[in-house]
Amino acid sequence: MAFLSEAPLELGPLMAEVQAPDRGGVACFVGTVRDHHAGRGVIGLAYSAYAEMAETECERIVAEAEGRWPVRVALRHRLGELSVGEAAVAIAVASAHREEAFAACRWVIEELKRRVPIWKRERYADGTEAWVDPSAQGGTASLRGGKPG
Amino acid sequence: MTTDSAALRIRVRFFARFAEVVGREAIDLRVAAPATVADVLAEMRRACPPTDVVPAKPLCARNLSQVSLEEPVADGDELALLPPLAGG
Repeated sequence: MAFLSEAPLELGPLMAEVQAPDRGGVACFVGTVRDHHAGRGVIGLAYSAYAEMAETECERIVAEAEGRWPVRVALRHRLGELSVGEAAVAIAVASAHREEAFAACRWVIEELKRRVPIWKRERYADGTEAWVDPSAQGGTASLRGGKPG
Repeated sequence: MTTDSAALRIRVRFFARFAEVVGREAIDLRVAAPATVADVLAEMRRACPPTDVVPAKPLCARNLSQVSLEEPVADGDELALLPPLAGG
């Protein structure tokens, strides 16, 4: 299964992957590119990954979610250049009932952010760029040197 | 002094900001056995400066799984140094 995609993400095919007559609830999450970050105007970004590990980690997360809840999970993450508003990540989770679908969907996005080796380089309205560091003060790392930008 | 035959061959990979600042995507190292992830990092810092962009305790993956710095490494391992993750 390829969880990483260079092509734009579409929710329809992901829903079709997990839907079934005995699964009455489908919960979806789509994360899109925001036009601002830490007070700066964002005009686009580029996602890159440690592809072999990212694919493996996504596979583990889906398997773990399907082990914890009676659900089916479909997951994709975009790579490459994205514009504001484009989908960066898409998740569809189907279950017999909504409770498990919502819970598993929330868990999958949080685990993805915590475990999958993907990086984001933002382009700003003022012409600058920076690697996003969610753990750093201000949310970015400078392109050179070790201090937050 | 360790001979080459007793050394572990480890490929260290850099990604994103680390690759940009270090100026390369990978380096092949030899470290004396037995060795841990921390030992490989120490050898990496000697072999390819400037590596001050890599923090003292970076997120590391050995053969596609996150590991601690105390994890032992084996001949032929791939050790990836992961900048702060920013997916999703």
